[in-house]
Amino acid sequence: MTLSAQISLRLGTLDLHADLDVKPGELLALLGPNGAGKSTVLRCLAGLAPIDSGRIALDDIVVDDPSTDTFVEPEERPIGFVFQTYLLFEQMSVLENVAFGLRARKTPKADARRSAREWIEGVGLAEYADQRPRSLSGGQAQRVALARALATNPRLLLLDEPLAALDAGTRSSVRRDLRRHLETFDGMRILVTHDPVDAYALADRVAILDAGRIVQVGTLAEVTAHPRSRYVADLVGVNLVTGMVTDGVLTTDAGAHVVIADAPPGASFAVIRPHSISLAREPSERSSARNAWNGTIADIDRLGDRVRVGIAGELPLTAEITVAALDALQLRPGDDIHASVKATDIEVYPA
Amino acid sequence: MSRRRRRGRGRGRRVSLPAPVLALAIVAVVFFALPLIGLLWRAPWSNAWHYLSGDDALTALRLSMVCSLWATGLSVVFGVPLAWLLARVEFPGRGVVRALCTLSMVLPPVVGGVALFFALGRRGIVGQYLDRWFDLTLPFTTTAVVIAQTFVAMPFLVITVESSLRQFDLRLEDASRTLGASRWYTFRRVTMPAIRPALAAGAVLAWARALGEFGATITFAGNFPGTTQTMPLAVYLSLETNPEEAIVLALLLIAISFAVLVGLRDRWFGRIDRPMSTVAA
Repeated sequence: MTLSAQISLRLGTLDLHADLDVKPGELLALLGPNGAGKSTVLRCLAGLAPIDSGRIALDDIVVDDPSTDTFVEPEERPIGFVFQTYLLFEQMSVLENVAFGLRARKTPKADARRSAREWIEGVGLAEYADQRPRSLSGGQAQRVALARALATNPRLLLLDEPLAALDAGTRSSVRRDLRRHLETFDGMRILVTHDPVDAYALADRVAILDAGRIVQVGTLAEVTAHPRSRYVADLVGVNLVTGMVTDGVLTTDAGAHVVIADAPPGASFAVIRPHSISLAREPSERSSARNAWNGTIADIDRLGDRVRVGIAGELPLTAEITVAALDALQLRPGDDIHASVKATDIEVYPA
Repeated sequence: MSRRRRRGRGRGRRVSLPAPVLALAIVAVVFFALPLIGLLWRAPWSNAWHYLSGDDALTALRLSMVCSLWATGLSVVFGVPLAWLLARVEFPGRGVVRALCTLSMVLPPVVGGVALFFALGRRGIVGQYLDRWFDLTLPFTTTAVVIAQTFVAMPFLVITVESSLRQFDLRLEDASRTLGASRWYTFRRVTMPAIRPALAAGAVLAWARALGEFGATITFAGNFPGTTQTMPLAVYLSLETNPEEAIVLALLLIAISFAVLVGLRDRWFGRIDRPMSTVAA
């Protein structure tokens, strides 16, 4: 089974235009900052939020298409949903929670309970079957939510920030468990997260959602090797410059020039790594660096023995220097500074 | 609730209440206890069984029970959907509609009875058609008692259920839908169980209010033994003719109300409190 979704939706300040394709058995992580529209994408797929325009299809079954007035109710979609806060039903036991989906689909009570018990055993919570969800820890509640979602045998499993409600101490062990349980499920899975560690540990492929747009899709290694958004560049910790390349020079919208080694002309991204930037008080006439920009120091952040220096100017940059260099230069916020980079240290790829 | 109360008691043991506060609180307790003691003191204990087993008392008691239970039932049937509407549907003038539907809580019951009379009476705005088309006359019938009681009792249920619906996490219904449950199944299995304690509390409050209803009943339904004379009316009437009987009937009403409050308090009201204290903790 495959998922093909073109989602357009306006919701409050969110303007969502996201195209997603998920292959059979694949786990796609939807990674992006808060407010990017990640959870809304899941709600659209589940039918909890109808789309304004576009089309959502599972294989050849269209579940949402406003142009043909097609809308399949959430309960009719072959979808499982694990919510961020798990949303277990407090007035039911763990067993009843997991059996709920089967009971709702008119499975006889005895069969539903037997199947639910198997699922609960599968996630290692057999001794909690008759307890109320309130007595569970966060990680246990997550496993119950997962078992409850999977018990109805969905073809597409949606997980909304399944690790965000946990404290840092338990997160890594729960993540390991989650990975193991997710591997036993052979359907499609979409995981929403704002933590690249989750995406790295769990996902086959990553889609970056930023401000309602999918800006990049690929494996996490591909995505982070060639960032195509400010969000990913910040995650990786590099400077991302966008502009037009003509005759070996990239010109930004703000008019800054970046001399590059060699790249085909056209709209391009350039990545400048913070540690390849040299800082100087005075411009140096004799340098192999082809690029030199003037700016002022906006902020200074010490990270162990490294220092990140934010530079404001025509080309905003973050440079990384040693504490010794900082002391030698006596830098303070507001100081004028010259930043230089060798053209060969800049990586350029088409936008 | 139980946890909070235990904590409160523990604090009381350690920190002594300032004397003036304690004195005022005791005055308040006495104020509520005194009327009851007065009744108990004047009660004709030797004749009590005679009055209670009398036809008049039994008739009034039976009528009170039947009417108040009908009123409670009607309050649930119409009050839950009304609470739903007020809690979930945003529409212009919602505040006005809510005020209108809970007005009878603060209205003098006699005024409510008069209003019902001019709406449903033989010459009322609706009553005249009921009379002309269906040959149906409501005032001074047992039906009128039920209507009067429902009119004053339902708001208690509506506001209790509405507040519980507002506290209910709507995303639980989303979760239910994604598990394959229809809207109706979701309502029955997820929403209803969550608001059930509030519904029970609201129903008890509404029932107690209906049981004690006097003003609207006597105005709209009159005071006819066997058809419209409920317990409070019987108490009032016998105060003129036979004060001893009035005292016995009053004590019976008090005993019933008191038993219900004490009996249901921990069971229903306690359950409402518990999730709240969990949230607060």
